[in-house]
Amino acid sequence: MSETFLAPYPDYDVLAKWDTPSWNEQTREVMAHRLREVPGRRFFDEEEWAVLVAVCERVVPQPERAEPVPIAPWIDAALFEGRGTGTHFATLPSGPEAWRRGLESIDREARARHGCGFAALDATRRDDILEAVDAGDVDAAIWRDLPARTFFRHLLLEQIVALYYVHPDAQSEIGFGGPASPRGYVRLGPDRLDEWEAPAAAKRP
Amino acid sequence: MRAPVGVWATEAEQRPRATDGRAPDVFSRDGHVPMRQFEDGEDVDFAIVGTGCGGGVLAAKLAEAGLSVVAFDAGPFWRPLADFASDEREQDKVYWLDERLSDGDDPIELGSNNSGRCVGGSTVHFQMVALRFRPEWFAARSRLGYAVDWPVDWRTMWRYYAEVEDALKISGPVSYPWGPDRGRYPYRAHEVNAAGLVLARGAEALGVPWAATPLATVSAPRGKSPPCVYRGFCKIGCSTNAKQSVLVTYIPRALAAGAEIRDLAMVGRIESAGDGRVTGVHYHRDGQWRFQRARNVVVSGYSIETPRLLLNSATDRFPDGLANGSGTVGRYLMVHSNHAVWARFEEEIRWYKGPPSMAVCEHWNYVDDHPTKDFDGGYAFMSQGPLPVDFAKALVSNTGTFGTALRNRMAEYNHMAGLKIVGETMPQAENRVTLDEETDALGLRRARVTFSYADNDKRLFRHSLGFMKRMIEAAGGFDAYETSSTAHLMGGCRMGHSPEDSVTDADGRTWDVPNLWICDGSLMPTAGGVNPSMTILANAARIADRMKALAARGELAARHA
Repeated sequence: MSETFLAPYPDYDVLAKWDTPSWNEQTREVMAHRLREVPGRRFFDEEEWAVLVAVCERVVPQPERAEPVPIAPWIDAALFEGRGTGTHFATLPSGPEAWRRGLESIDREARARHGCGFAALDATRRDDILEAVDAGDVDAAIWRDLPARTFFRHLLLEQIVALYYVHPDAQSEIGFGGPASPRGYVRLGPDRLDEWEAPAAAKRP
Repeated sequence: MRAPVGVWATEAEQRPRATDGRAPDVFSRDGHVPMRQFEDGEDVDFAIVGTGCGGGVLAAKLAEAGLSVVAFDAGPFWRPLADFASDEREQDKVYWLDERLSDGDDPIELGSNNSGRCVGGSTVHFQMVALRFRPEWFAARSRLGYAVDWPVDWRTMWRYYAEVEDALKISGPVSYPWGPDRGRYPYRAHEVNAAGLVLARGAEALGVPWAATPLATVSAPRGKSPPCVYRGFCKIGCSTNAKQSVLVTYIPRALAAGAEIRDLAMVGRIESAGDGRVTGVHYHRDGQWRFQRARNVVVSGYSIETPRLLLNSATDRFPDGLANGSGTVGRYLMVHSNHAVWARFEEEIRWYKGPPSMAVCEHWNYVDDHPTKDFDGGYAFMSQGPLPVDFAKALVSNTGTFGTALRNRMAEYNHMAGLKIVGETMPQAENRVTLDEETDALGLRRARVTFSYADNDKRLFRHSLGFMKRMIEAAGGFDAYETSSTAHLMGGCRMGHSPEDSVTDADGRTWDVPNLWICDGSLMPTAGGVNPSMTILANAARIADRMKALAARGELAARHA
């Protein structure tokens, strides 16, 4: 996973529309909260937190950003506040327990393979472990009845991307229109743009 | 009772808004409309549990007929203009996020995938696709040789489809390519976006018809609803009121006609008397349990909460739950398979603009004999326009992609298009809702949802994936990949011809308890290959008329009989 991010819309920023008809009052309030009130750690202990942060860094690497989009704080906050998703897959423990056990298992997997915790590994070794978790190619003595792939894809990856792609920086990088109310769009056809959308990207390879 | 989900308008999640003789005016930012209220001790004609496609329609039509109605909803009473943000996380507040256990061979995702929790129900988040069943599906067993027949004739349903399409002012094409004549849609079709034109191009290349999707969002002004501005956030709640949800159509009608709506009111148990009739509902509101007396109780909580409530209302006389003499309560739960093919295109599609599914192909709903058709039932498929989080979740949960590769895949967002089915699944007794031992914050046993695909279901979605891949490539797509998921809920308390194998008769009246009724998607004996909302609405409109007729003949426990 050594490829670099190609940034198709480098000059586009959905936040530039903050004071335009694309943003209403309630959306500004919600986004201000997300940008300015990043919560502190309350649910995970220090060890779990270190693993979670290290996992987030590899699921969504942001080496080009001085201030990466925060993800771990919001996962912690949701668990602390008891916010559910509506689904408890019977093969997993309940949400909070599944998170603790999954992160602990990732960390123990790292110790078994490399003799140190996941957060202390370099990027390549971390990625190797995450790929093994996704493939279910893990130590059964560590994971026991926790299904590695289900945990990895349906809790860990889904929650991380859910928090990354609601951030304006992430929406800008993919050229999404961002918040749009009361103003929506007029030009709906292929290769048609309203002036408040991201300028067309350079042709991709 | 529970922490608010949103950060905006949290007061709607914490304190009831429909109180003191008034309810929120959904067309205002902070206004109210007058609301008639009833005492808990007053024996109202109807206590209705749920305010979505089933309960919302009933509340309006029964109140308009002069019957006294109190409709309960577990969720908040939103004013979309002020309360709904353009934000996927904030808008989780429109979904049922309390945990339900999901098991079976193919456990389904609940929550934002198929379960609303607010006044207006799932229509607040539905994607407005307004299709009718194929007529033969109402007699699937006798006409097509699979599953069961509905206890309702298609011609009757056809009349009620027209009624609810007019009530929601569906915007649809001048002529629809499949099925018998359905007259003109009330409003003109919307301009098809680039994502929809991909489907159109592919259909023309493969020689099958396509249509602009009939949609429940207005293409021209209607009363206080402005025309759709194509902002594309339909799935998380419309902030302009262009969407013709039950919240902005039937609920205002119900209030104007004298129905009371109780928001943030979770019904936990239906009370039954020694004679086997029900006497009212126990509900939790404003921090306390209360009891509303009623001559009739209608359960309209959709395919999970409806059976859950009946099962949670067990008594010595009905130890297996109310209306469960047949053992059918909770059974024959269905979903739609929701498999999809996605591809990249040279041009920018920018599928975030406009409602997500602006073009539809129902070809395989209307073909019975074809060498490749190796399954019963049918499927429609539609063009797609997922918001970023929705798209990213489908990508990672199906492929496990992470890292820079994930960011690069997501950076193709504006060049992507997709085709996704609404695929019929077979009613199976073992796909069901039961009660788990664990209880929720109110002490009510949680639902356990068990689902496994039948072999026929698998043949159907495999067929669809092959066909859609050909179509998307014929339209110019490349690097195609597939995803699987489910959508919608149907069945769980099906209506039928006999008390032996169904929960209610054709009127939604339970076979076992004469003044207990069901009216929602859980009644559906089969799922069909189209989005279910119009069928649930039409069936509710029909049941309301039956109740009115029964009341007029004195065959209903109603004051005005």
